Amino acid sequence: MSVAATTREITQAVATGRSKDRNTTSLLFLGLLWFALFFGVIVLVVLLVDTAIKGSGRFDTELLTNYSSRITPETTGFRAGILGTAWLMAFTAVMAVPLGIGAALYLEEFANTERWWNRVIETNLQNLAAVPSIVYGLLAVAVVTLMGFSETGTVLGGSVALALLILPVIIITTREAVRAVPREIRDGSLALGATVWQTTWRQTLPSAIPGLSTGTILGLSRAIGEAAPLVIVGLAGAVRFDPTGIQSSITALPMQIYSLTSQSQEEFQTAASAAIIVLLVMILALNGLAIFIRNKFQRSW
Amino acid sequence: MRTGSIHGAGPSGRTGPPAIDLSGRSRPGETVIRSVLFLSAITSVAITIGILIALIEPVVHFFGQVPFGEFFATEGTYAVLPLVAGTLMSTFIALLVAVPLGLGAAMYLSEYASRRSRKVLKPTVELLAGIPSVVYGFFALSFVTPTLLQDILSLDVNFTNVLAAGLVLGVMVIPTIASLAEDAMSAVPHALRQGSLAMGANRMQTTLRVVFPAALSGIAAAVVLGLSRAIGETMIVALAAGAQKNLTWDPREGMQTMTGFIAQTAGGENPVGSTSYNALFAVGLLLFLITLVINIVSIALVRRFRQVY
Repeated sequence: MSVAATTREITQAVATGRSKDRNTTSLLFLGLLWFALFFGVIVLVVLLVDTAIKGSGRFDTELLTNYSSRITPETTGFRAGILGTAWLMAFTAVMAVPLGIGAALYLEEFANTERWWNRVIETNLQNLAAVPSIVYGLLAVAVVTLMGFSETGTVLGGSVALALLILPVIIITTREAVRAVPREIRDGSLALGATVWQTTWRQTLPSAIPGLSTGTILGLSRAIGEAAPLVIVGLAGAVRFDPTGIQSSITALPMQIYSLTSQSQEEFQTAASAAIIVLLVMILALNGLAIFIRNKFQRSW
Repeated sequence: MRTGSIHGAGPSGRTGPPAIDLSGRSRPGETVIRSVLFLSAITSVAITIGILIALIEPVVHFFGQVPFGEFFATEGTYAVLPLVAGTLMSTFIALLVAVPLGLGAAMYLSEYASRRSRKVLKPTVELLAGIPSVVYGFFALSFVTPTLLQDILSLDVNFTNVLAAGLVLGVMVIPTIASLAEDAMSAVPHALRQGSLAMGANRMQTTLRVVFPAALSGIAAAVVLGLSRAIGETMIVALAAGAQKNLTWDPREGMQTMTGFIAQTAGGENPVGSTSYNALFAVGLLLFLITLVINIVSIALVRRFRQVY
C-alpha cells in the first residue's frame, strides 16, 4: 500500500547506510514535514483543552435536561438542541440513505458508462460534493416552499437541507463499498440464472453492508455538526419545547452554540463551551461506531 | 477503466448491463426496479437544476429592483464587491496556512511514513475535518483572537478580524489538501523513485524533484479543492470574520464575506421576498457559480493525473 514502504524495502536492499539522508538540509526538510504533520494535531489538542477548561464549570445534568434560558444563564441547557439534532438526524437518514443507496446501485451495477447521461450524473455528483453547504440551505428553502409548507425552521426544512447535503457523500461511499465486492460473486450468481437485480439484492448488497453503513454513519456525522444550512432554513437559536412532529419548530445543537456566541455574558460562553464538548462527544461516538462496524464486519476478499 | 469483457456483460461495476439477454423472457419487475434506481441516480442532477432554479428566480426579482451597477459596486446597501474582497482575503490567508502544511503532511505520509505509522497518522490528520465548523468559529472567536493574536503575539486586532478567521479556516482545509495530494503522490509509479535513487539522489531530492513534479496536476487539484472549501465555508467566517462590509487590505480589521453575509441576512429579520432578502440569493448565486467553476477545474485536473499513469 504505502509507496514509501515498498520503495524502502528496495532501497535498503540496494544501498546500505542512509548517510545521504542524514545531511543538514535533509534533516531540516524532514523536520518541516514533521511540523506540517503535527501542526493540525497541536491545534486540535489546544482546541479541545481550551474548550474543556472553559466549559468545565457546566458539566452537569442540567446542561442536558434544561431548556435554554435568558433569565438564568447559569442553568441554561441544551435539551431542545439535543432532541432537535436527534430528530434531524433520524429524518435526514430516512430521506438520504435509501435514495443514496439506490443511486449508488444504479451507477455501479446497472449504468452503462458509455452513455452520455450516465457520465453527466457522474460529473455532477463530483460537483455536488463540493458545493458549499450554505447553498443547500437555499435549495431546501425552495423545496419546502414547493411542497406547500410555509412554516420556516421546522424539522422538515432542516432535514431536507441536511439530506441534500449528505446525499453525494452517501452515494460516493456506497459506490466504493459496492465496488469492493469481488466480481466473482456476481458472476457466480448470474451463472446460476439469477437476474441482475436478484444478484444485486441477494449477493452484492449484503456483502457491501459493512462498508455501506460505515459510509452512511460518516455522512451523518458530517450532518450533525452543520449549522450553516440550518441558519438558512430559519432554525431558531433557542426553543423551549420538545419537537412533536415534522412541522414542529426546532433548534439544533450547533444552532444553539452559534446563537450563544453572540451573547456576551460569561455564563453563556461557559455553556457554549460545554455544549461543544457534548457535540464533539456525539460526533466521536458516531465515528467510533463506524470504525467498530468496519473492524468487526468488514470482510477482505 | 475498461475491463476487457467479451459480452460487455454483468454487473461488474463499470461495464454496464448484459448486451445479450440469455434469460429469454421479459422481466417487467427488473425494468421497474431499474427505473426506480435510475430515478434515484437522476435525483443528483435534479438537485443541481433545483439549486439553479431556486437561486435564479429570486435573483431575477432582485435585479428587477436593483440595477447591476449597484450590485457590482464597492459601496452601498447591495454592493457585493466588499463581500468578494472579504472572501478573497480570508481564503488567501487560509491557503497560506493550508497549502504548505497540507502538502508537507502529504509528502511525509506518501514518501516517508512506514506502513504502520501511516495507518495511524492519516486518520489523525483527517480528524481535523470532522470538527464542526461552528466549533472552529467559536475557537477563533474565543481563543485565537483574544489569546493567540492579542495576548501572545500582541497584535492590535479587532474583536472580529479576517486574520483569525483565515488562520482557523486554513486549519480546517489542511486535511482536504493533505488527503488528495497524498493520493496523487502515492499514484506516482515506483520506477520513477527507483530511477532517481539509483542516480544517487537522496530521499528529499527524490520527493521534491521527481515525485512532486510528477504528481503536480493532482496536487494542483488538491489545492483547488481546498480553495473551494475555503470559499464556501460559512460558520467560521460568520462568527469570526466580522459582520460589516469593509473594503480594506488590513487583515486585522473585520471584513464580512459572501457566506457570512448570507448567514447574517437569512438569520435576520428581513421578510421573505423583500429586496434585502433576495439580495442573499444574488450573493448565493455568485458563490455557487464561483465554486462551480473552481470544482470543474479541479475535476479536470484530477482526470488528467489519473490518465498519465
